[in-house]
Amino acid sequence: MPGPGIQAKKPCPCRVGKDDPGPGGAAMKLNERSLAFYATCDTPVDNSGFLYKKGGRHAAYHRRWFVLRGNMLFYFEDRASREPVGVIILEGCTVELVEAAEEFAFAVRFAGARARTYVLAAENQAAMEGWVKALSRASFDYLRLVVRELEQQLAAVRAGDCAPPPRRPPALAPKENGCACAVWSAEPPAPGPGPAPAPGPAPGPAPAPAGAASRSRPGPPPPLPPRRRVSEPNGPLHAASFVRLHQQYGQEVRALRSRWLRSRAQP
Amino acid sequence: MRYNEKELQALSRQPAELAAELGMRGPKKGSVLKRRLVKLVVNFLFYFRTDEAEPVGALLLERCRISQEEPSGFSICFMEDPERKYHFECCSEEQCQEWMGALRRASYEFMRRSLIFYRNEIQKMTGKDPLEQFGISEEARFQLGGLKA
Repeated sequence: MPGPGIQAKKPCPCRVGKDDPGPGGAAMKLNERSLAFYATCDTPVDNSGFLYKKGGRHAAYHRRWFVLRGNMLFYFEDRASREPVGVIILEGCTVELVEAAEEFAFAVRFAGARARTYVLAAENQAAMEGWVKALSRASFDYLRLVVRELEQQLAAVRAGDCAPPPRRPPALAPKENGCACAVWSAEPPAPGPGPAPAPGPAPGPAPAPAGAASRSRPGPPPPLPPRRRVSEPNGPLHAASFVRLHQQYGQEVRALRSRWLRSRAQP
Repeated sequence: MRYNEKELQALSRQPAELAAELGMRGPKKGSVLKRRLVKLVVNFLFYFRTDEAEPVGALLLERCRISQEEPSGFSICFMEDPERKYHFECCSEEQCQEWMGALRRASYEFMRRSLIFYRNEIQKMTGKDPLEQFGISEEARFQLGGLKA
């Protein structure tokens, strides 16, 4: 039999939902119980602390215990509460300082008509700055951008490093990989740091390029570039081009991100 | 629990990682299989009635387990209550594998572990911290020490 009957749509902008794909009902369902567990599980949080939350446009501030985990900003009645009062889902928002009656105020602003702006106030300047930084980088989209960027960088570094000579055996002891990589590092080439371990807390099904690349790396370390000297381990030519590459990536990512943020801001 | 439903609805309209019409059955005993348009956006799985623009509901994909259910389906359950399963029926084994892979990679926590892994690898290989260019190398959320089992 289908789930419970029609649920009346409440006038308040905040929703309390159920989590079952039943018929009828106007309130969107959400797996709130799981959300509550995610809020209170024992993995490290990304930020936490007391903030004053403005109830509405003309409402008073309430002091709440805030917990940022991933792209979810939970708020509790107080620090000892077992279940959050609510959550602000942090996708597609901007975080900015605001002029407000309260000191150390900032806002989490969403785009779109009739979208809510959450005005929050910290207890001091340092806390405010910490929150603004943490919240503006909290979105899944932002994290995904950074991960993709690093994925490409790692592939580039590995490709640049792999110069297999034709007759070498395919498998190579991991410590020689360490030696090869040392060409790019500040340290002089040394017997490597030991076998490259699989990532300790394995990221699920390991990203394919990573696993494949490390297992099939053949060849000896490439010869040292002629200008490299022990006395200047970051040979100016190579360090400069490497830093330039990083700066270039950084600029590209920042440009991409602001373009994307701007396009998201349009309804 | 209060949440910003309007923003969640707006999120459901964003470009999806994956979207398809699947059979879906809720965790309650006696639930029947229904056709739903299922859409993966960031770490949310939205499900719509096939002819509606607003989602019926959403599942936050954190602390969940994706399991295969023979013959060509999968289920999602959450760590705090593994007996409660959301079932999905795909049209082929291939589609099923595609969804399972995507859903397993869809959590914020998985993304975070990937980032830490890549950061660590690049640092080992180059001696440089790739997060410095973004100005986020000190962020608590990206530290190796922050990882727990």
